[in-house]
Amino acid sequence: MGPVHAHEHNDDHHDPDHSELDATELRVRALQTVLAQKGYIDPAALDEIVETYEQRIGPRNGARVVAKAWSDPEFRAWLLRDATAAIASLGYTGRQGEHMVAVENTPQVHNMVVCTLCSCYPWPVLGLPPVWYKSAPYRSRAVRDPHGVLADFGVALPPGREIRVWDSTAEVRYLVLPERPTGTEGWDEERLAALVTRDSMIGTGLARQP
Amino acid sequence: MTYVTHADLGGQPGHGPVQPEDESIRFHADWERRALAVVLAMGATGSWNIDMSRAARETLPDYERLSYYQIWLAALEQLMVQRGQLAGDEIAAGRMLHAPAPVARVLHGQDVPRVLAQGSPTQRSAGPAPRFGVGERVRTREHAVPHHTRLPAYARGKVGTVERVHGNHVFADTHAQGLGEQPQPLYTVVFDGRELWGAEAATGLRVSIDAWEPYLAAA
Repeated sequence: MGPVHAHEHNDDHHDPDHSELDATELRVRALQTVLAQKGYIDPAALDEIVETYEQRIGPRNGARVVAKAWSDPEFRAWLLRDATAAIASLGYTGRQGEHMVAVENTPQVHNMVVCTLCSCYPWPVLGLPPVWYKSAPYRSRAVRDPHGVLADFGVALPPGREIRVWDSTAEVRYLVLPERPTGTEGWDEERLAALVTRDSMIGTGLARQP
Repeated sequence: MTYVTHADLGGQPGHGPVQPEDESIRFHADWERRALAVVLAMGATGSWNIDMSRAARETLPDYERLSYYQIWLAALEQLMVQRGQLAGDEIAAGRMLHAPAPVARVLHGQDVPRVLAQGSPTQRSAGPAPRFGVGERVRTREHAVPHHTRLPAYARGKVGTVERVHGNHVFADTHAQGLGEQPQPLYTVVFDGRELWGAEAATGLRVSIDAWEPYLAAA
């Protein structure tokens, strides 16, 4: 693993200073006003979009997919064979999840998902990508030093475990199926889902231990 | 004609550690909510496609300096200005100063759930039969191209193995340039870490990309 590199950019890449935020705030307001006046956008649609991604579509969707795969061998097999259809059967479809692939962590291999080129991410199951997923540190390092990235998340893989990184360079979106924690035998899907973190479905984390 | 992307970050040194964040956090400022919504609503007018959006974003000269939603906004303004839908003086004034240019459709509130749940699948039945099968060795294109592309620089001129064949998908390169969908076979190609990074690669590292057939040659 290489040394920690000196930052070449503003450390707070995603957190510009206040005057810049104020300027951006004003600019978005102006833009929104002009576009509504021109009839390009319906303000009600904007509210509905925000409501959707703030309240309805987020990583709890993916957690339910994972919990079902842990509980139901047939669903797990379907998920690994045709993730798009298996996930759609739970009602999670659409934008940025049109073509899904699920990849399973095992005692042999750990999977991690990145988009080095922009911010491709499976919205219907995980919601909007977190800031770090879209950031230069993650996008640059995930393909080259995934163990270092895992260390940033406080995760160390057991020695000898292979690591497989999926760079989402087209419209296929990846969901990691984390390993089911031991000691959860007989748990129902709802209890299991509570152990499934967003990061465990990206591959930068593991499922919570009970 | 040169084409400079600032977004092709895979393998670049010097960006520092990743800063994890709790999964309950969705936005960091109220304007981010509205930026997301405006970008999605304008995307739904059909004035450009997602590959044109990506091309506009990745070529922004101040890409590195902007936050991700700022990148989305700057690219949105650029796409609209190019199409005569918006003028710079209107942003400054905060109101419409010029007549609107027509858009193909407007996304209305009641249609949002259906449109989002539908998405925009990119798989097509048209296009050539795949030249490569699972398990075949392929070499990725070596040279840079003067337009938007989805072959990351770190994976150029590398030998990998076809692992999955995804059918034909809208070809990002032509789609971004306004040259049409031109669907091409899409493959997951997996590389050994040492092929990409040499001796420094972690033991047991494999990295895959999704690559359209024009990026690939038999190896």
